[in-house]
Amino acid sequence: MNLTLEALHLVLPGGHRALAGMLLDVSRGERIAVIGPSGAGKTSLLRVLGTALRPSSGKLAISGVDPWSLPAGALRHLRSRIGLIHQAPPLPPRQRLVTAVLAGRLGAWGFVKGLASLAYPADIDGARAALARLDLADRLFDRCDRLSGGQLQRVGVARVLYQKPDLLLADEPVSSLDPQLADQTVGELHREARARGVTLVASLHAVDLALKWFPRVVGLRDGAVAFDRPPVRVTDAMLRDLYATETPVIPVQGVEPLQRPEPGPRATRRGAPPLCR
Amino acid sequence: MTAVQRDPVLVARVMLTVAGLALLWPAIELAEFDPRQLFAAGNLQTMGRFLSTFFPMALGADFLGLVLRSTLETLALATAGTALAIVLALPLAMAVSESLSISRVGPARRVWVGRLLRAPLRALLIFMRSIPEIVWALLFVRAVGLGPAAGVLAIAINYAGMLGKVYFEIFEAGDTRPARAVLETGGGRVHAFFYGVLPVALPELVSYSVYRWECAIRASVVMGFVGAGGLGQQMELSMRMLEGGEVSTMLVAFFALVMLADALSALLRKALT
Ligand SMILES: Nc1ncnc2c1ncn2[C@@H]1O[C@H](COP(=O)(O)OP(=O)(O)OP(=O)(O)O)[C@@H](O)[C@H]1O
Ligand SMILES: [Mg+2]
Repeated sequence: MNLTLEALHLVLPGGHRALAGMLLDVSRGERIAVIGPSGAGKTSLLRVLGTALRPSSGKLAISGVDPWSLPAGALRHLRSRIGLIHQAPPLPPRQRLVTAVLAGRLGAWGFVKGLASLAYPADIDGARAALARLDLADRLFDRCDRLSGGQLQRVGVARVLYQKPDLLLADEPVSSLDPQLADQTVGELHREARARGVTLVASLHAVDLALKWFPRVVGLRDGAVAFDRPPVRVTDAMLRDLYATETPVIPVQGVEPLQRPEPGPRATRRGAPPLCR
Repeated sequence: MTAVQRDPVLVARVMLTVAGLALLWPAIELAEFDPRQLFAAGNLQTMGRFLSTFFPMALGADFLGLVLRSTLETLALATAGTALAIVLALPLAMAVSESLSISRVGPARRVWVGRLLRAPLRALLIFMRSIPEIVWALLFVRAVGLGPAAGVLAIAINYAGMLGKVYFEIFEAGDTRPARAVLETGGGRVHAFFYGVLPVALPELVSYSVYRWECAIRASVVMGFVGAGGLGQQMELSMRMLEGGEVSTMLVAFFALVMLADALSALLRKALT
């Protein structure tokens, strides 16, 4: 799916302007990392893209249409094609992993199959395969409240992988994983996006992961785009600027110094996206 | 130099206590509650005479059989009534619950439509529970005649009103993000309920429903007095015929029934947590 945001504002119930004049253009199959300090609006942006929050003003187009102009049925269908990995996985503590993962397809399954799957899981193999990609296949019939925080987060990822969405959104999908597992999990999201040619937008608090895995990095600050460019062209000075108020240290999860991929064909082909603001 | 520091809230506390008593007193007066009356010589004697008719307890085989049948009838009445109430209350609570509302995601522009539709359903729930079960029982005794069927209907309607309100509050009080996540991936209201709300709310739902079932057992006795079947109806007959011994036997049976209900609900609650 391709995405277009123009002069998009989002005012949250408390009156706080979480997104202020967002400008973003994403073409189909692109993989984008969103970084920025806490409160910059990363979650808000992803929830707007996932049609969970309606923009207060401005233009939003998903695959060329404004989702909020769609009739109810079409909007539900669109939602079933968008998968969002939440910052904190929204899984009921008493639910079994198999049910939690299968719930990813509820939008596609329809009423009867969704209910029947409660009596007997409709696709045990599919759920197991999704969990296996995150090393959790052996916990298939365990309850969610018997998992650690990091394991639970991976169940959230597995659920969206099982959903097979055309737009893959991830809100700090690896925030409670150790560096190695985090790397592996982001890699898994990548493989999925690449294999199926779907768009991936992920917010990350670890800058090194963003620079390592993503061909395009968007820096968010105060609800607007601070920079938007391939990782080779993201300088340390820009990063320091981005995180200025929070801490003078650039947040990373690994111990090695920041590495950027060699400027391959992908990065140079796009050239230099204009610096917004 | 300075005087000993006093607790600064002392004055406020004393004033609050005095105000509370001043408000409570007229209520006690109005209710004609005077504990001294309880211990006045004449009254004590009257009560004693009434209680002495309770003994010896009636233990004839015929009568015990009747008591057993009435007890089972009460149990069945309460269980059927509560089950029917749950069946009525669940969809109503799901319908008025805002955390299951698709148009609240966003929120969409048509969110007021849902609000408009939910208002009359809420009013219906209030109506069902604001009319006491005994009044419903009197109504249904006229409609379907003397017997437990009237009690079942009365409990079903009145308790559906209560359960619906509490269910709905349990849905809203728990973690609503799982349900919301289902709606956000294109699932419907019913899916959101079964995949998002129920696993969060189940222990509380069961606990409250079982408590209501206990209440229904007690209420069914009161309703029996107006002819809605069960132990209550037999008790009313025996009282009218001044058979104290029979009344006391039935009270013991009733006590056993409530104890059983209590043990059962404790067991259920434990199994679910
Ligand atoms: N439900 C809400 N109601 C009102 N304001 C909110 C709500 N959620 C977030 N905000 C505000 O919106 C702003 C952006 O929040 P958002 O969650 O998008 O930030 P974020 O970049 O995801 O931060 P973090 O890295 O801490 O997750 C913040 O200033 C926050 O205080
Ligand atoms: Mg966030």
